[in-house]
Amino acid sequence: MRYLGWLTLVAASLLTGCRHNDENPLVPGASIAAGRAAIQQYNCGVCHQIRGISGADGMVGPPLSGIVRRTLIGGELPNNVANLSAWIRDPQAIEPRSGMPNLGVDSAAARNIVAYLYTLR
Amino acid sequence: MKTPPVTRRLRLAALTLLLAGCHAPMSVFTGAGPAGRALSQLTWVLVAASAVIFVLVTLFMLAAIARRNRGGTDPDLTVHDNRIPIVAGAIIPGVVLLALFMTSVLIERRIPGDASTPAESFTVIGHQWWWGVERDDSASGRRAMWANELHVPVGEPVDLTLLSDDVIHSFWIPQVHGKIDLIPGDTNHIRFVADRPGVYRGQCAEYCGMQHANMAFTLVVESPVAYRAWLSVQRADAKPPTDTLAALGRAQVVNGPCATCHTIRGTTAQGEIGPDLTHVGSRVTLAAGTLPNDLATMEAWVTNAPSLKPGVKMPAMPQFTGLQLRAIAAYLEGLR
Repeated sequence: MRYLGWLTLVAASLLTGCRHNDENPLVPGASIAAGRAAIQQYNCGVCHQIRGISGADGMVGPPLSGIVRRTLIGGELPNNVANLSAWIRDPQAIEPRSGMPNLGVDSAAARNIVAYLYTLR
Repeated sequence: MKTPPVTRRLRLAALTLLLAGCHAPMSVFTGAGPAGRALSQLTWVLVAASAVIFVLVTLFMLAAIARRNRGGTDPDLTVHDNRIPIVAGAIIPGVVLLALFMTSVLIERRIPGDASTPAESFTVIGHQWWWGVERDDSASGRRAMWANELHVPVGEPVDLTLLSDDVIHSFWIPQVHGKIDLIPGDTNHIRFVADRPGVYRGQCAEYCGMQHANMAFTLVVESPVAYRAWLSVQRADAKPPTDTLAALGRAQVVNGPCATCHTIRGTTAQGEIGPDLTHVGSRVTLAAGTLPNDLATMEAWVTNAPSLKPGVKMPAMPQFTGLQLRAIAAYLEGLR
């Protein structure tokens, strides 16, 4: 019982570390943590390898590490927040033959997902 | 003594965590039927007895360490008295084990055995690594199959006949019954009653190969009305798709490689190697509890099952285009 105070302090400082920055400067107003949760909710990991998401080691679509440094989305659109969000929301609007399903992701969730993906180096 | 608020909160958190464990989808501590409750009682008795024994042994060990530290070279470190190992090493453990054994026999005697009263009956067939479920309808002579999921009416007895198609498996839903093996070439039976509605998880409990851990089962205990509605859906043939994407998918599935291994009743797909897909869209999970059952996961599973469940018999299907995959997933998810 005597050590609980110290343990709490250590745990609290660790948690503070996790929380200190939830916003990605590249995606203003979006939440990295909410994006992470959305990626888990929509099971993006069954097709994509996504670092930091448990079980996300899919081998159907491309791995998403370093996606922020790529120039093209879906092989045809410039890589920016608007285009990547649009791709996540409705891939067939951009590339009708894409196998990536339209999962009904809303625009806020899509921006949150981009905020998370753009943290992957 | 006044407890500091942080400690109190931590205790509360620990308690919540422990209680949450009791209400987990696969808990040995809470029964959902007479057999499950008897077994959970036995579990509590064994856990409590183990805790007491663990604490006592630890105390003796700490006492021994403290004594050594105090005395330096202690001539008494060697046991000269023969009675100590005989009493502490043989008689006391013997009495404790006998008492626990008698307790478990007495509790297990309360698990209801097979009765002659009629019951809802199903056959469960173990495969590497999924569960086939079969319903023989003697009245109509028709057989309906599906996989990895069973709904049962609350409070009514259910009979399961258990077989294996390959190696030894073990069927285990701790809330309603103990483990029962599925043995190749042999037939086992259990009867259970589930009297608390809910969704329970079952799991293969006999190591059966690479994906043994991903061989889970979903038991849904629901009202008799909901159960009979579910059963009549499972017995029915698949309905033809209504939208064009799903119709395209149906053509791919029925005329393509899927039909070699899978059956979709009401179509020409009559394969018998993999699970029956007639109502695959109605199931809670894919690949025996490995994955959630949704559009994206279905698509990923169809094109690259081995990447999601290494060792699975279903091969990767790299021949399908993106559009074909979306169509197949739309068709299969629509089979409800």
